[in-house]
Formats: sequence, structure tokens, C-alpha cells
Amino acid sequence: MSAQFFLQQCLIGLTNGALVALVALGYTMVYGIIGLINFAHGDLIMLGACLALSLVTAFGLATAGPTATWLGIALLIVACGLFCGSLNVCVARIVYKPLRNAPKRAPLVSAIGVSFIFMNIGLFWIGSSDRSFPELLPSTNLLPVEGLQFTWKDLLVLVVVVPLMLGLSLLVQTTRMGRAMRAVSQDPTAAALVGVDVDRVIAATFFIGGALGGAASVIYGLYINTIGFQMGFQNGLYAFTAAVLGGIGSIPGAVVGGLVIGLVRSLSSAYVGERWTGAIVFAILIVILVFRPEGLLGRRTKEKV
Amino acid sequence: MSRVPFFVRERWELVALAVLAVAPLVVPALGGALGGQVTTLFIYCILALGLNVMVGYTGLVHLGIAAFFGIGAYLVAILTVPMYPFQIGFLAATIVSVLATAGIGLALGAPTLRLRGDYLAIVTLGFGEVVKVTLRNLEQITGGMKGLNPVPPPGAGVKIGGLDLGLAFAIDPRWFYYLALLALAGVVVAMRRLEQSRLGRAWVAVREDELAASAMGISATRVKLSAFAMSSAVAGLAGCLYAASLSTTADPNAYDFNRSIMVLCAVILGGLGSIPGTILGVAILVGFDTVLAPWADSWIQQMNINPTGSSLLSFSGWRLAIFGLALVLVMRYRPEGLVPSRRLAAELHEDHA
Repeated sequence: MSAQFFLQQCLIGLTNGALVALVALGYTMVYGIIGLINFAHGDLIMLGACLALSLVTAFGLATAGPTATWLGIALLIVACGLFCGSLNVCVARIVYKPLRNAPKRAPLVSAIGVSFIFMNIGLFWIGSSDRSFPELLPSTNLLPVEGLQFTWKDLLVLVVVVPLMLGLSLLVQTTRMGRAMRAVSQDPTAAALVGVDVDRVIAATFFIGGALGGAASVIYGLYINTIGFQMGFQNGLYAFTAAVLGGIGSIPGAVVGGLVIGLVRSLSSAYVGERWTGAIVFAILIVILVFRPEGLLGRRTKEKV
Repeated sequence: MSRVPFFVRERWELVALAVLAVAPLVVPALGGALGGQVTTLFIYCILALGLNVMVGYTGLVHLGIAAFFGIGAYLVAILTVPMYPFQIGFLAATIVSVLATAGIGLALGAPTLRLRGDYLAIVTLGFGEVVKVTLRNLEQITGGMKGLNPVPPPGAGVKIGGLDLGLAFAIDPRWFYYLALLALAGVVVAMRRLEQSRLGRAWVAVREDELAASAMGISATRVKLSAFAMSSAVAGLAGCLYAASLSTTADPNAYDFNRSIMVLCAVILGGLGSIPGTILGVAILVGFDTVLAPWADSWIQQMNINPTGSSLLSFSGWRLAIFGLALVLVMRYRPEGLVPSRRLAAELHEDHA
């Protein structure tokens, strides 16, 4: 167990974590705005991955040249982003909107229902067994160091995730819509009173969260290379854990949480054993929630009357 | 409703119990595989009633009830299987495991119950995953994917007037049928009494408004903890019966998130906080899988609608979508469930009252 091995695991963990963070953003944004744990988010990403696989197969991207491949990946990300974003908005409009004044468990249970429906669609789409996603990128090592692997696939993750996150934080911090989002997340009634169109803000949040998930689904396919109709549950769970870990509702928190979960996963797989990873991740989650319930970067909120 | 005789309306449990108690004597099929299926149904009812204490009465979302079901099953197996030195017999093992699951519930609840509702849901979910992974990986103790077996039948080695009780349980599924029915009846009676007790009313008060309840002198933490322990204990009891009736703990995947969610669906579909609702919910879900889906599939096959064997045209292929849609529709149009508890229905339809 050399230092190099440790570094390699950290590298894998951070790349994995970036992907987890991208999914976690979808959870944390929706939670920040309407206080809903969107259980269907993982399965939405599964559907995105199904679309990506269908498009890759339909356009024969696996046999295209290098330029066409990169262009194809970019188009794939846009297409899946649009698809997942729109689907998320439709679900929010049809399923969650009528429940806005219902007790809190109603949208939560509905989200579990939506996740079942998505899973069934995925089952019809790609079948019940796992499907392999074609390797589109060469696996040459980009690092000059012996024993440290960093391939095109890893680079792809960072090239997509980092700009998306920067773009998101710019959007939330500087634009009119971003300000409206922050206002609604603090107090929807007060935001509506000063002229914010709450419905539009909620729709935009679901769209952005879903679109980030759509991008994540393409990267997931290219990076992990196996997709299946049940992948949404496990991945959604890790991403949700990341969101809670960072402080749910907090965008930088989701990123930090994602990276931490990625590191914990790769280090525990390397040093403890792959089969214990799930237990370790959730044990850490429980411990953190017990000692710091607001998460690593979350705000402490007082229960209001 | 007014034409339904009083004793049916108010004492549905007694009527149902009488019918179910006589059924094995009249229906010979209950002596076969059907008896085993109905026994499993009873066990799931007990499990769901345990979950109902937390989700229905106290309003805490619990996504890991299957973990306690599994802990009960494994504990009873460890205390009775031949590979361990304990072999203390089913009854003693059940008592020990129920107390132990209650203790584990307390141990998990004590530090986590001050968390907000959503966080608590996620802690229970995480605990469920931890338990499943642990059961799967601790092969020396839990037998890994094979599970622990054979769990001896209750009363193994006990002879009453020339009748070997263990042998009777092993041969005739009706013995397990009656054991599970007895346990279910006991749990229903206990829940009825609890509902009206000081503690039961405190549970509901905390669900309605924790702040107001504490202002009235109720210790919200203690009340929630007791609900957690009670849920865990009843789920553990269901687990004991499950392991004994299958004579194995089965593999750890029997206690995964899917099981937790299905039980939760049953409680929500039937009616949160309602005993008949919970039982109906379980009956619908189990009935869907064991009666309706096989029947519809064989009907489709007979009518030759699906010659290519496509999953799109098979009924069970739509299982998840049907459950999902049912959950969404129930939450939208009947959030109190199919057989609501009166109090919850009144609360959700305040405008009509």
C-alpha cells in the first residue's frame, strides 16, 4: 500500500465524486426550493442513460472518428440534458404541483411512485439485464507519472462537471432567475408578494436539476460503461447522501459532499473491501447526521411555529 | 353503512378472526401451499402494523423497517439453529429477539430522533442498507447469501399426549397458519388498546403538532422513542415468525429497501394510522403479486395475445408502473388511504367538516 496507490485511489475518488456531486446538485436544488426529497431523481438519470445508449447505437457513435466522437458526446450531453430537464419539469407540474399544500409526506410518497414508474419505463426501454455502454474514448494514460492512471474518461468527467458547476453558481449568484431562486428557497410567500413568479422559479429549478442529471447520465455511461434499469436507486442514494452530507439545500455543500462520498467510496473499496463500501458510506452518513445534522456546509435552522 | 349490522361494523376484527379461524377446517387447500402463502400474508400484516406505529400514529417516515424484520429473523435463527450452541427453542428465542430488536430500535432512535423528518427518513434508509450489507458479508455468523438454516419448527422435541409438536409444525402448514393468526390477532388487540392509551394519544399528538404537544407537557423525544422501539419490536416479531415458517432466514436480499418500501406502500395505500387499512393494504399488495399477476399472465397466455413473449404485453411487466401510479393517485385524490383512520381523514379534509 504505497503512497502512489493512495494517490491513485484519491484521484479515482475525486473523479467519481465529481459525478456524484453533479447528481447531488439535482437533489439539493429541488430540496432547497420546495423541501422535497426527489426520490425519482436517480431514476430520471437512469432514463437519461437509456436515451444516451439509444442515441449512441442509432448514430453509430462507437465507430466514428475522434472529432466526430467529441462532437457527438457534446450533442449527447445537450440532448440528454434537455430530455431529463423537460421530463423533470413535466413530473413537477403534473405530480408535485397539486400537492403543494398537502402534508409533507404526500409529495415524498408520490416521488417514490414516480421512481417506480420511471423504473418500469427503463425496464421496457433497455430490458431487465445490465447493458454495456460502448467505450467511446481511448484509454491512454494522460499523466507522465508511472503508476498513476488518468485517462480521457477521467478528463471528460472533469471537463464537463467543473464548467457546469461554475455555470450553475454564476447563475444562482448573479442572474435575476438565480436571485428569484434564492428568494423562493428562503420564503416562497414573501417572494411571491414582491413579484417573483414562484411557479416559474420552481419549474426552472426542476429543469436545471434535471438537465444536470441528464449530463451526469451521459458521463455515467461513458465512465462506468454499464447501465441497467435499477442503477437509479443505488446512485441516487449515494448522491442524496452527498447532498445531505454537505448540507441539503446548499449548492457548494452538494459539491463538497459529492467529493467526500467519492473519496470514501474509493478508499474504502481499496482498503476495506468493495462489498463493505455501501455500509461504510451510510454509517458515515448516520454519524454525521447525529453530530452535525445541518451537514458540513448547511445552515442551522430553527424549527418554526 | 346503516344497514350493516352493528357487530359487523364495530367488531370487524372478531368476524374476520372467526372466519379465518374456521377457514382451514373448511378449505382443504389451506393444508397445502396456499396455507403457507396465507401465513406469509399474516406475517406481513404484523410487519406493516409495526411500521404503522411509526409512520401512521407518530408521523415519522421510516424507510428501513425491513432491517428490523431481518434482525428478528436472524436473531431467532442464531438462537435456534443446530450450528450454534444456544438452541433455546422458538418461544424463548422469540422473546429474546423481540426484546433485542426493541433495544436496537432504541439505540438507533436515541441519537437520531431529534433530526428533522426528512433526515430521519434517510437515517432509517441508511440503517437498512448497513444491516443488509452486514448480513450479507458476515458470512461466519449469518451464512452470507445462503442465510441460516434449518430453523427448527416451534415446539421441536416437545410432546403433548403423544403428539410431537415440532413434527406437526413441519408436516402441516395449518399449524403455522394458526400460530401466525394468533400472533396477528394479539398484535391487533395490542394496537387497539395502544391507540386508546395515554401513550397512543401522545403519539398522535406529537404527529399533529410536536410543539403544541410539548407545550402540553408531553416529552416528544420519549414519545417518539417509544414509537421507534414498539415499531422495531413488532417488526422483529414478524421476522421471528418469518424465519420459523420458512425454516430458513433466506438470503439477506429478502430484507432490503424494496421490502421496506413495499410495506410502507401497503400502510400508505390502506390508510395511515388505521389497523383495518393497513391489513387491507398488505392484502392488496400481496394479492397483486401472488394472485392477480399470475392469473392475468396466464390469461394473456391463453388468449394468445402475446405470441412473441414481449414484456410489454405481459401483465407482470407493468408491476412497478402500476404500483407507482397507485401511489401517485392515492396521494393526489385520497391521501388518507383506502380505509382511513377517522382522525386522519378529518384532518385532511378540514374544509368539508
